[in-house]
Amino acid sequence: MLRQISASVLSWTYLVLVYAFIFLPVAVLVLFSFQDGRLPVPPFNGFSLQWYEAVFADRKLMAALGNSMVVALVSSVISVLLGFLAAYALARYKLPGSALQRGLLIAPMTVSYLIIALGLLSLMNALHIPLSLMTVGVGHVVINLPLCFAIIYASMGDHHINIERAARDLGANDFKVMALVTAPMLMPSILAAFFLSVTFSWDEFIIAFLLSRFDVTLPVEIWSMLRSGLNPKTNAIGSLVFLASVAVLLILELSLFGRTKKQ
Amino acid sequence: MADAGTLVTATALEDADRRKAWGFVAPALLWTIAFFVVPFAFMAAMSLWKREGRDLVRVWNFDNYTRFFSENALFQGLVNSLEITIIVTVISVLLAYPLAWIIAERVPKRLQRMALILAILPFWTSYVVRSYSWLLVLSKNGVINQLFLNIGLISEPLELASTRTATVIGFVHFFVMLLTLTIYSNLIQLSPNYRRAAADLGANAFQTFWHVVLPLTLPGIVTGAFLTFVLCIGDYVTPQILGGNNELVLPQIIMLQLGRRADFPMAAALSIVLMLAVTVAYLACARWLKIERA
Repeated sequence: MLRQISASVLSWTYLVLVYAFIFLPVAVLVLFSFQDGRLPVPPFNGFSLQWYEAVFADRKLMAALGNSMVVALVSSVISVLLGFLAAYALARYKLPGSALQRGLLIAPMTVSYLIIALGLLSLMNALHIPLSLMTVGVGHVVINLPLCFAIIYASMGDHHINIERAARDLGANDFKVMALVTAPMLMPSILAAFFLSVTFSWDEFIIAFLLSRFDVTLPVEIWSMLRSGLNPKTNAIGSLVFLASVAVLLILELSLFGRTKKQ
Repeated sequence: MADAGTLVTATALEDADRRKAWGFVAPALLWTIAFFVVPFAFMAAMSLWKREGRDLVRVWNFDNYTRFFSENALFQGLVNSLEITIIVTVISVLLAYPLAWIIAERVPKRLQRMALILAILPFWTSYVVRSYSWLLVLSKNGVINQLFLNIGLISEPLELASTRTATVIGFVHFFVMLLTLTIYSNLIQLSPNYRRAAADLGANAFQTFWHVVLPLTLPGIVTGAFLTFVLCIGDYVTPQILGGNNELVLPQIIMLQLGRRADFPMAAALSIVLMLAVTVAYLACARWLKIERA
């Protein structure tokens, strides 16, 4: 009995300690984003929203935010579309070398982002293609396509085949079958792939850093803010990004996973 | 004759189907080849060239690689990378395993999902911001130093930022979350019958864990540890923000070759070395990893 209680106390203490470790930097970040002073470090001088005002007044930061959204949305739509088509073809038709094709499509997942960025940068330089948001988006599709393909391919169950066949027998062409039958049936995994891609692209730094020049994304802009040292404005933008990501996560959790649980 | 006719139509249909299927899979394949395979092959070729002034000289040799192994400043980058990555992987596994176990065994079932979501919540701060927030904690006038000074534990602020310790803390923070997920998903798949059987055969709690639970959760540990290894050894942001410029890791040296010296061939050669390190790690773990079946 005593041993059980002490084991239980020990586990809960451990749990609390590790959670404290996990939450410490985030808590400090958010707390000192409200700092009424010039440095985001103790002592806490009092509550102020001035750094949030500074963030919204910062044109470069807001432009970077817009760029990040555009790149994340466009690159994710492309990744999901290409991933879906490839998954459909490889799950529904017998193609020669399909194992090889799957391997090729998954391969970028196993290579570090730095190397993918460096390869693309070298090629763009050699071909004299100027760096832009477009090149960043191309890089983000490279890293998100394997993910989208893998998620959607894994959910293309054989039990869907008969429903698709029925649709074809009723006169639907390939496009209709795909758009009106297959895609809606796979919607939970398609949306999961899409939202994961959005968050990965939104947060990606090294590809965006190496493959952009004038129009930068938010992580790159935050990176350049770090050069001026510790600053409550960085805390404020960091806290806002955190809040936005948690909101996306909540939407995902409530809409998608809530629905699959009910089924 | 009728049979032959049907046969011809059947093959024609199959051909049409096959063309269609190729059409569906082609865009993804072309994208991957054009923007992943070709750049990678180009980079590998470039690692055998050299830089002279601002130009690339296309003479084929292994000079970059021999320079890497003979020049201490470069080779030390690989050593630092490997040391930090191994330390981070070991500490993260040791911290994450008990956490995953406690969530799976001690936390009530209906709260487990909540506990996991909480555990990975800081995952969703921006990647760059996460390292920056550790700087707030570890810097000279940061939270830890202020706290220790106030309670009189130290009289001089500690040099925590810009050290290897800071890099390791930043990385461990990130990977404990990741490993907790992979190990947890392995733990909850274990049937309680194995443990019951072990107990029936007279094993105590420790023996059950060591001989039954641990080996059965090894695939989860290895998968997580491999992910940790790959992401840790290839990362530039955390060492750059938290580790400073004292002990450079390989990605930092790659970025230096690019930024300051525009030495693309050397950066390419260093990237190939990085790839080889990951490949070796993959081969070492291949027995437990099932990535290729995804």
